Amino acid sequence: MKFNFPFAPEEASTLAAQHDMVFYTITALTVFFTLAVALVVLVLVVRYRHGNKVDRSNLVHHSDKLEIAWSLPPLFLGLVVFFFGAQLYVAERVPPKNCYEVFVIGKQWMWHIQHPNGIRENNTLHIPVGKPVKLTMISQDVIHAFYIPEFRTQFYVVPGRYTQEWFQATQPGTYHMLCNLYCGTQHSEMGGTVVAMAPQDFAKWLQNGGDDGMPQTLEARGAEIFSRNACDNCHTGVSTERGPTLLGVAGSTQVLEDGTKAVADQNYLREAILHPSSKLVKGYPYGTMPEYAQQISEDDTLALIAYLKSISSITAQSQGQNVAAVQSGIVPAAPMVTKPRMADGALATEHFAKTSTVQEGNLAVGALATEKGDEYKK
Amino acid sequence: MASIVQPGHGAEHEHSPVHHQFEDFEQQTEAYIIGMWSFLAQEIMFFGGLFLIYTLYRSRYQETWYQAHTALNVVMGGTNTMVLLFSSFTMVLAVHAAQLKDKKKVLMYLGATIGCAFVFLIIKFFEYKEKFEHMLVPGPYFSVEHFMSDPATRGINPNAAQIFFSLYFAMTGLHALHIIIGILVLGALARHWMKDDKLVTHDYVPTELVGLYWHFVDVVWIFLFPLFYLIPK
Amino acid sequence: MSATIVKPAEPAAPKAAKNYLNAEHTLKSWLLTGDHKRIAILYLIGVSFFFLLGSIFAGLIRIELTSPTGVMLESETYNKVFTAHGLTMIFFFLVPSIPAVFGNFFIPIMIGARDLAFPRLNLLSWYVYMLGGFLFLCALVFGGVDTGWTFYTPLSSLYSNSQVTLAILGAFMAGMSSILTGVNFIATIHKMRAPGMTWFRLPLFVWAHYATALIMVLGTPVVAITLLLVLFERVFKIGIFSPELGGDPILFQHMFWFYSHPAVYIMILPGMGVQSELIAAFCRKKIFGYQFVAFSSLAIAALGFVVWGHHMFVSSESMYQGLVFSLISFIVAVPSAIKIFNWTATIYKGRVHLQTPMYYALSFMGLFTLGGLTGLYLSCLGTDVHLTNTYFVVAHFHYVMVGGGVTMFMGALHYWWPKMFGRMYSDSMGKISAILTFVGFNLTFFPQFVMGWMGMPRRYHYYYLTPEFQPYHIASTLGATVLGLGFLLPACYLTYSLIKGEAAPPNPWGAHGLEWDIPSPPPSHNFEEIPIVMDDVYDYPEDGSDDDTPIERTEKGLDPLPDEGGHHR
Repeated sequence: MKFNFPFAPEEASTLAAQHDMVFYTITALTVFFTLAVALVVLVLVVRYRHGNKVDRSNLVHHSDKLEIAWSLPPLFLGLVVFFFGAQLYVAERVPPKNCYEVFVIGKQWMWHIQHPNGIRENNTLHIPVGKPVKLTMISQDVIHAFYIPEFRTQFYVVPGRYTQEWFQATQPGTYHMLCNLYCGTQHSEMGGTVVAMAPQDFAKWLQNGGDDGMPQTLEARGAEIFSRNACDNCHTGVSTERGPTLLGVAGSTQVLEDGTKAVADQNYLREAILHPSSKLVKGYPYGTMPEYAQQISEDDTLALIAYLKSISSITAQSQGQNVAAVQSGIVPAAPMVTKPRMADGALATEHFAKTSTVQEGNLAVGALATEKGDEYKK
Repeated sequence: MASIVQPGHGAEHEHSPVHHQFEDFEQQTEAYIIGMWSFLAQEIMFFGGLFLIYTLYRSRYQETWYQAHTALNVVMGGTNTMVLLFSSFTMVLAVHAAQLKDKKKVLMYLGATIGCAFVFLIIKFFEYKEKFEHMLVPGPYFSVEHFMSDPATRGINPNAAQIFFSLYFAMTGLHALHIIIGILVLGALARHWMKDDKLVTHDYVPTELVGLYWHFVDVVWIFLFPLFYLIPK
Repeated sequence: MSATIVKPAEPAAPKAAKNYLNAEHTLKSWLLTGDHKRIAILYLIGVSFFFLLGSIFAGLIRIELTSPTGVMLESETYNKVFTAHGLTMIFFFLVPSIPAVFGNFFIPIMIGARDLAFPRLNLLSWYVYMLGGFLFLCALVFGGVDTGWTFYTPLSSLYSNSQVTLAILGAFMAGMSSILTGVNFIATIHKMRAPGMTWFRLPLFVWAHYATALIMVLGTPVVAITLLLVLFERVFKIGIFSPELGGDPILFQHMFWFYSHPAVYIMILPGMGVQSELIAAFCRKKIFGYQFVAFSSLAIAALGFVVWGHHMFVSSESMYQGLVFSLISFIVAVPSAIKIFNWTATIYKGRVHLQTPMYYALSFMGLFTLGGLTGLYLSCLGTDVHLTNTYFVVAHFHYVMVGGGVTMFMGALHYWWPKMFGRMYSDSMGKISAILTFVGFNLTFFPQFVMGWMGMPRRYHYYYLTPEFQPYHIASTLGATVLGLGFLLPACYLTYSLIKGEAAPPNPWGAHGLEWDIPSPPPSHNFEEIPIVMDDVYDYPEDGSDDDTPIERTEKGLDPLPDEGGHHR
């Protein structure tokens, strides 16, 4: 921690300086008007004390001109402040396109953080300096809030839906990570540190598997969870009565049982895994897929979603072919991690080849990390 | 009333009793009416909150709302609607009789209104019983088994269905509570009439105010009925 | 002016005249009273008790925060203490305080009526309030509640193991009580005004309470149903806000703040009404811009209903919602500013008398101005993202609610005490208390602005994650001690005055208003004859001919003013 009786928190993010401009402007207005009112009142009270011989003639009890004079300028000043505050807010709410995305799960009473390459941290968040970082957050239980005072940003972490927060650190250092929405008994202990590292240092940190030395990418972990929970029993390379194929599902438009359409974004995929009956796809009525809400944690859900994203993009990119063609079984699909334990598994295994592909290559952390690490050196 | 200590004394209108704080009968009547409407305004805000929540969830889960509502008994609900409408009619007649100072008719119509209220509650009881039997009461025993037999409702979202029934019980339950309170108030009013209390025999305003409350309760049901029982595909 | 002047030198003799206090002596006559003045006293006892209770909780909080690792409480207990502090102070003290005590006592008199429109409803309000208080005390005794006074779901509906149900029932009853009071005030102010008492002849205190009553009646039911739904979720497992079922926990926040924001205006508007009375009386001058001040109360009430989303800028409400709520929040600041400027203009060319109530009035001017302006940081979207849920917010709302609301409660108490009880208190003790309160308050809460700006979160028991804030917390606790003294002293000397205070004349301050034309304490029926109002309110003579208070005239050896037998003919 850095400070010791300063009267301002450190400015450590790109928006912190903009924030502080607005803050100090409001402070100037506040100080001015408070002192003005206080001084005028004191002067008047002294001057017009009863018994003082002062001019009290020509008493006026109202003046519309005066009312307008002291209403409109403050209103105008307020609207100016509103404008700059709104500008800052919009910048804070709309993340830039090339963010480094990190996943945050809040639970009573700690923070789990997952980096896309698989590194997991508890109550610590390592980020690169000079690159925008986007947090995709969800709570396992009650509402929390992820607050970094030095970055001048916070946002609620809500159960049941993903929320996001972005920032870009401007200098290396360690900063406060604090839960800032009362969440129960140990709310005041639910915090840690944000460690901003120079880009090279961060790349090295990622390469070395972070502080834990966890070698597995998020996608690979997701693939393992997919198989461990026997998702591949029903979700194979082709759509069958048991379940639709998940190749290409991430980001696609799904037609639901009631005829409505929905885009399979992050929230959709999460719901479809944990509460499938809320996202029934046409042809697969209630009861086809069991609820996994009690069995799969938010951490694992994020890994599964990463895996689903990987088989959408890799399938299309590496095979260079129409996803629909893959789904109809014409073209062998990218291998899905599967074990030959399905009752009618023959049906599925017939239709795709277990060839080693790009995906297995990705399992080598070093390769992926280096690949990603190279990005940060730019 | 006798048990409340009232300082001082008030002016006595020639025929109708005026409470001590009022200067005259007209002021009393106007104050009562504005007070009653203020009270109804807050009742509107109270139920309004529930209607708002209903609207938000219905727009989010439109398909489920349609499917879930098939479990409701339109015949029973429709009958209840008729019963309440009729009870509002008898209430109007009671107020009219009060204006004409016709004690017998007032008691008759108040009795009819109370009777209708009881009929409503009885039918409601059987409706709730049906929900209970079909395991549609929200909580640990909630189940959408009831919807599995019909292919049209088989795809129902069980979580959204539970929210539907949560709102159903919360809104119709609170409404039923207001009916019960209404029965008590109507009963108290009838008792005053039976005892020839000048408070009501010489001043129709108390009867009219009770009527206002009763009409409000009826209007709430008029909204509840189509919103829950008559959801289009 | 009016009636008998009592020389201060005479030993206190109980008034021989019958008044509302000695009209009847039985307990039953008090517990079954319809007299608005007695009900006001019953409320005074109730709110004073809860203020004491809430202050004890505040004291525990401040002691605990002197160390980053706590002093004597477990976290669970600390969380229950700050929840109890919030619930007690908001629902059982601030909301009823001025309306149920001074509104009840003085609105009928100020408008020239014998009582409120519905005396029995008034008594019912008090019983419902006491029932709510009792249920809330049960919640505390049976283990307390640890959700924060805001009851956010799903913490309150699913995860908390504390007495949420009982606490909600208590708050619900307190809300019900305020609704009934609001209904009573609306009917009274519309229909019970004396002949000649037109809307624009009403004291601004009455306008303020009218606006407050509108908020009470229209806003409270929404939080009532919202809390009831949380209760249903806990008791009947009806999960409307449960994310597990696809319910929306943020919906709870929308419904909750839809009331709770207007609620803060319930807590400040009556105080602003008191301020108008104090400034007019102690400057011997009609409030400047009367119509603007009157309408600004209505404007605050109306606009106050459409800004609730400024409590939710970082909750995942949409960016566009945030923009709208922020914009309107800046606009709602304007009517409050209008009031401050009009009160200041009233002092200009007035005749200022610096007695205890005026000390509180001046204190209010400073504290409320600062408190209101710090609201701008929070309505401004960009800065709120940093400051929300930190001690900055805590400091802001204490400045307006304590520096504004409680200061005005104390001002009203000191202004109308002689009228209500027929006793004078020591003005020097009053001034000392007012100064102690002002100094102690600033020392307690100003450091919290700085702490919040630097990132100290609120509702934190331990702050070992940010131990650098300890000096601020210690300063705050020291201030709280001084502030506590400032509230304790009046309890002592006001109570003492009941026993040993000099008898009060009908109009010790030389103020204008119907309440000053009747004896102190007033008779049960208020007026011998309902007055017919022909003059404007606050019609102080411009030549200052009645500038000296009766006590000042006696001290100067001047003749008392001739008895005009009632100011308004």
